[in-house]
Amino acid sequence: MSRPTFLDRIDRAAPAVFLLPAVLIVLLMSIFPLVLSIYLSMSRLRFEAGKTVLDFVGFDNYAKFLFGNEQSVLIGTLSTPTWVGWLFLAAAMAWAVYSLIRSARVEGIGGLLSNLLNTLLLFGLIYLAISTIFSQSGRPGALVVTMIYVIVGVTMQYLIGLGLAMLCTQQLKGRRFFRIVFLLPMMITPVGVGYLFRMLADTNKGPLVPFWDVIGASGFTWANLPWGARTAVMIGDIWQWTPFMFIVLVAALEAQGVEPIEAAMVDGANSWQIFWNITVPAITPASITLILIRLIEAFKIIDLPNILTNGGPGTATETMTLYAYRIWRATDIGGSAALAYLLLILVTIVATAYATFARKNLSN
Amino acid sequence: MKTSNLSARLGLITAMAVTLAACAAPTPQVVEKIVEKPVEKIVEKVVEKPVEKIVVATAVPAAKPFAGRTINVLTFSGPQIKEPLTRRGKEFEALTGAKVNVVDVPFGDLYTKLLNDFASGTNSYDVGVFAPQWMGDYVAGGFLDALDDRIKNDKVIEWEDIGPFFRDFSATYNGKIYTIPMDGDFQMVYYRTDIADQLGLKAPATWDEYIAFAKAVSAKGLKAENGKPVYGSCMAKKKGAQSYWMITSIASAFLQSQGTGSGGFFNPDDMKPLYGNNDGFKKALEIYKETGKYAPADEINLDVGDTRGLWTAGQCALTIDWGDIGTLAIEKGSKVNGKTGAVILPGSKTVLDRKTGKLVECSKDTCPYATNGINHAPFAAFGGWSGALNAKAKPEVKDAAYAYMSFVNQKAQSNADVTVGATGMNPYRQSQFLNREAWVKAGMSADAASNYLGAIEDSLNSPNMVLDLRIPKNNDYQGVILDGEIAKFLAGEQDLNATAAAIESKWDAKNKELGLDKQLAAYRATLGVKK
Repeated sequence: MSRPTFLDRIDRAAPAVFLLPAVLIVLLMSIFPLVLSIYLSMSRLRFEAGKTVLDFVGFDNYAKFLFGNEQSVLIGTLSTPTWVGWLFLAAAMAWAVYSLIRSARVEGIGGLLSNLLNTLLLFGLIYLAISTIFSQSGRPGALVVTMIYVIVGVTMQYLIGLGLAMLCTQQLKGRRFFRIVFLLPMMITPVGVGYLFRMLADTNKGPLVPFWDVIGASGFTWANLPWGARTAVMIGDIWQWTPFMFIVLVAALEAQGVEPIEAAMVDGANSWQIFWNITVPAITPASITLILIRLIEAFKIIDLPNILTNGGPGTATETMTLYAYRIWRATDIGGSAALAYLLLILVTIVATAYATFARKNLSN
Repeated sequence: MKTSNLSARLGLITAMAVTLAACAAPTPQVVEKIVEKPVEKIVEKVVEKPVEKIVVATAVPAAKPFAGRTINVLTFSGPQIKEPLTRRGKEFEALTGAKVNVVDVPFGDLYTKLLNDFASGTNSYDVGVFAPQWMGDYVAGGFLDALDDRIKNDKVIEWEDIGPFFRDFSATYNGKIYTIPMDGDFQMVYYRTDIADQLGLKAPATWDEYIAFAKAVSAKGLKAENGKPVYGSCMAKKKGAQSYWMITSIASAFLQSQGTGSGGFFNPDDMKPLYGNNDGFKKALEIYKETGKYAPADEINLDVGDTRGLWTAGQCALTIDWGDIGTLAIEKGSKVNGKTGAVILPGSKTVLDRKTGKLVECSKDTCPYATNGINHAPFAAFGGWSGALNAKAKPEVKDAAYAYMSFVNQKAQSNADVTVGATGMNPYRQSQFLNREAWVKAGMSADAASNYLGAIEDSLNSPNMVLDLRIPKNNDYQGVILDGEIAKFLAGEQDLNATAAAIESKWDAKNKELGLDKQLAAYRATLGVKK
């Protein structure tokens, strides 16, 4: 065997050399900040003459949010559930037990164990939501408020988007025009949407004052009421992101085959039966992905509550991202990074649970 | 196979060639550009100007000494403060040739924006115009230049004319001068004199009287000229804005009674927060919330700009504010010119016994500085907008930047600016208090001028004046913790006891985080306590 020549060596090195810039860029832009932010989340920033100093504080920043004096802002105030809360809690418990038994039966002990952690974490989140919302004197913190925005927002966006998509795939006059109109909110920057809704919701000075006068709501300050302010944020978010659901669902609906529908019609199926038994299964794969994307994205909501309500009244509309931003502005860089990691964990739990649920129950 | 190997080699060689080309020496054109740099710039770099020869902008400049230089100034998006800085900047440019570029950010971002700019070494701004109470954090980082030498050599600034409080406290930190005052700040209560006469009420001397005044106006159902209701009280209570000083204006009457050195935020013996689980602070929270009953429905979303607008529209009977209301009331379009009275912040007949945490009646011992049995604790909130010089600014720009700050501060400019409401500047020079003619010329009646300036002087001269917090990271204590907890309290998210407990616990935690001894020493130093 002859010794490799210089050119052979270059040949062998070529793939690595070509890949290297991409690998370095990924390391630099993605992995390095991720690792650095873990360190940041365990440190505290302070300024000294001519330099900034990062003091390592271990898990203090995390402890502050989970067990310390910031707990009430992130987690909220827990209280004994009302009877409605107990009902929800019983239902959640039943679901958790059923889910575990089912996974044990279908997938054996391995399946049970893999499902156990997810179920427990999800049940914990549900318990948290119930004991802060459906409770005697509880108050939801940024974590629960974020989940409310995500669950209500994504659900409403999907349902409205599906309804509009169904309409726009009918042979109706002007449907092309409405397809474009329905897309417009998505094109506006979220800050713009925030200001837009702030003006519209202003019952004293906004352009809708005559309307508010007519319905007797002039002077009503929704922004003073926690649920009023949260509803305003959710309306803005739903308005902005429904078009995203709409456009993907239009594509999914138009992609489904005509033959099954025609066959069903020949067999005498009514509209609901066609929708439920043919259309829904046809668009399910697209819907699963669509919801997952929006779910992950919705957790990061910041612009609307920041512009519309400034997180208020009090901290009633503050999301985890806005909370992280607020403390970052106060130079609590470590706390902000810790909060960002807690959000990452939350998103991972919810997204994994959703993906598992979709894989087991919807994919077929 | 051969073709792919060849492509790979060619690609690799091309990539290496591109890399080498990128690392190669600059092209001749670039060298030409360096050679073409103006000669005077090179000369400026070599010859450093000694501080003694500093050029000061005067009304009649010898030449345009700062031509070609640009001063970047960061302040908040007023329009107050930004307006005079911009207007005077143009005048300064006409006099000296230096271009003044005023950049603004929302108030809630100003502290961090400056800190980040300094700490990251970006140094986009040569001058910061900010709350002097933040100075400690900036000085600790070595971000600001001490101005003692410059001021000593600046005869035009007439430093001694600046009120001793603003000169020695607001502008000074650890014995050195770091800021040039451009504004003098005290919070006061303003009341509608016509409504007081109409309802047979007098200016509130205590917080109970304030509530009674507001309640009486609210019950009367008065209407302003625009047909909208006149509210009993209007206070800025918006979160993340300039509202968190208001609670201190109320609480101080109950928390500080033994003179300025006894401190209004912490007990200077052990740094125990006075904003916490004690009857004095809880009473203040009660009053603060109760004022909302006689206020606009969206009061928790009003910033000072909003309450000032309501005041000049004639829609408020009472308000707490800095000196701005007095001058805004005489502006064109104001509905309250001649109807605006100012008084020192209301006091209390009961004060906190720091040992027991209970309120006790005022006596010679408990309230040694009381007037008619009422303990007044006027609050030097904020300290007045002040300009500081970035230590990392270019030396040639520093001279121009200092001259600009001096120009804005000089009597010729500031004595006029403080009489205009839109500037956001309030009196801070002794000559501004003495020369009442300027105020009358600006549109105030002689009585109104005496009343307005008298209320500020009463506050300024009080031996029980409450100094604003100047310990390291004071923005965390006030702008983050206090502001956040008060917002939750006003929104009904937590009750009075929970609010008091949360503030105390978070301030305690902050003390520990930053070092209790260090914070205590800093606090005592700001109060002038020596033990």
